[in-house]
Amino acid sequence: MNWEALIPFVAVVVLVFFIGLWSSRKVHSSKSFLEGYFLGDRSLGGFILAMTMTATYGSASSFLGGPGVAYTEGLGWVLLAMSQVVTGYFVLMVLGKKFAIVSRKYQSITMVDFLKNRYRSTPVVLIASASIIIFLFFAMAAQWIGGARLIESLTGMSYVSALFIFALSVLIYVAVGGFRAVAVTDAVQGSIMFIGTLILLIATIVAGGGISNIIADLTAENPNLITPYGADGSLTPAYVSSFWILVGVGVIALPQIAVRAMSYRNTKSMHRAIILGTIVVGFIMLNMHLIGVFARPILPGIEVGDTVMPLLALEVLPPWVAGFVLAAPMAAIMSTVDSLLLLVSSTVVKDVYINYIKPNATRKHVQRLSISVTAILGIIVFLMALDPPDFIIWLNLLAFGGLEAAFIWPIVMGLYWKKGNKYGAIASMIVGIGLYVASNEFFPEPFGLHEIVLPVVCSFFAYVIASLVTQNSENHPV
Amino acid sequence: MKNQHSSIDDYRYKIANREALIGVGLVLINFIWWYGFAYGLGSKDPAEYTFIFGLPAWFFYSCVVGLIVMIVLVTVVVKFFFVDIPLDDEVEEE
Repeated sequence: MNWEALIPFVAVVVLVFFIGLWSSRKVHSSKSFLEGYFLGDRSLGGFILAMTMTATYGSASSFLGGPGVAYTEGLGWVLLAMSQVVTGYFVLMVLGKKFAIVSRKYQSITMVDFLKNRYRSTPVVLIASASIIIFLFFAMAAQWIGGARLIESLTGMSYVSALFIFALSVLIYVAVGGFRAVAVTDAVQGSIMFIGTLILLIATIVAGGGISNIIADLTAENPNLITPYGADGSLTPAYVSSFWILVGVGVIALPQIAVRAMSYRNTKSMHRAIILGTIVVGFIMLNMHLIGVFARPILPGIEVGDTVMPLLALEVLPPWVAGFVLAAPMAAIMSTVDSLLLLVSSTVVKDVYINYIKPNATRKHVQRLSISVTAILGIIVFLMALDPPDFIIWLNLLAFGGLEAAFIWPIVMGLYWKKGNKYGAIASMIVGIGLYVASNEFFPEPFGLHEIVLPVVCSFFAYVIASLVTQNSENHPV
Repeated sequence: MKNQHSSIDDYRYKIANREALIGVGLVLINFIWWYGFAYGLGSKDPAEYTFIFGLPAWFFYSCVVGLIVMIVLVTVVVKFFFVDIPLDDEVEEE
């Protein structure tokens, strides 16, 4: 057990925890419990908005899985990771003001809410809710495993006890705090990530004897590590470019990201968040993945990719700094889990229960239900994470891709194309999800592209064709 | 409800649509820069690479300079082309 590193680590996590609890007090004074708990009263400022976007997105896939793969693949994987820079500006620019205006007009609190008001169709709501609940379970399980692994490698505890501690700390404050607590703590966590990755990158470069030296060591080991093609030359331009959809522009369709695009106070905050978000996402992605590559000459022979970061930090930094820096990925994972948990519970409570089971539930009833649904979901994910697979990134990307294939056109076309209707949305969701899952199972990497590309393209045509064919039978433009 | 707001909606939606298109344009620029330098300079034999600040030139231009270029572009676009508009139907705060 490494006490010197553990103390600052715990201190940071506890600090974040109390900030969350403190900021949650506002929920109880807000006009509508649902809008307060699930959306923070649409009052986020620019800094918090940028940070909560970054932190939600910069999940375990970039903080543990990502650097782990970069360690194996070399600079080609950093190149791939840089496709994520677009998320910093694209999401807010494209969903943009229209989404904020329309969701206020409809008084939508969740993404499903928006779809429900735009398409006025029960099947749309049910397919949307079901895909959020199913896919986000995968994503959450991946995050929990990442969090528990990190605690495990830092403290030497068993995986199960590490998972238990992680679950408990996440659950308590999500259940009590709601969206505002999550967003505010995201801001703290985003800042920690930003500073933490910078410190670790510098320390790694120093430990490796300078960048030239590290690159020379990598070239000596395997020249492919410094090419854009990956360690065994298998990263083709077409495959790497597909990630611009999966982790770049497609991200606008992730409900946990989209919901943030309706939570800001005014357009000034949004403008500031676009600039700040681009800077923060860009630096974190670049630094984090470079760290993974540069770790290779310093710590050769690491087998489990997910442990590269923690082992490296403990190797190149004084223990107490390592504790602080490792709070960064921990922070990332916690904030992702928090927002996913909140999202799934808002889907269950708001989109399914209140819509179809009990529309006139009282405030107190909704409040109690929201908190207990959140807690029960957490416990189920905990049980799923008990028996974890090795590489969390793929689990995570399956969930990402599934949601993107389902929602990208119903949201984007719903906002910008008047003729889009419920038939288009249903066709698009079914084609998108169906093709994505089938492609992963039966024909991986069609035409050398990532599995996400084909479903996104086909679901676009499904949307347009189904909408046009049914123009006459449906007559309420929104 | 709908008719009452249609004029303000037209004006706000016009701005929103334009800004969404700007976002798409930026992604295209971003992609071309990223792809062009990475595979333009990176596809030769690693023995022939040139290096800048210790990093291979393809990586330096594509990922490091590319990021800086995008940050500058995004800042310029937002500062000079993006317009502040009210988000609520009734303009009360601001």
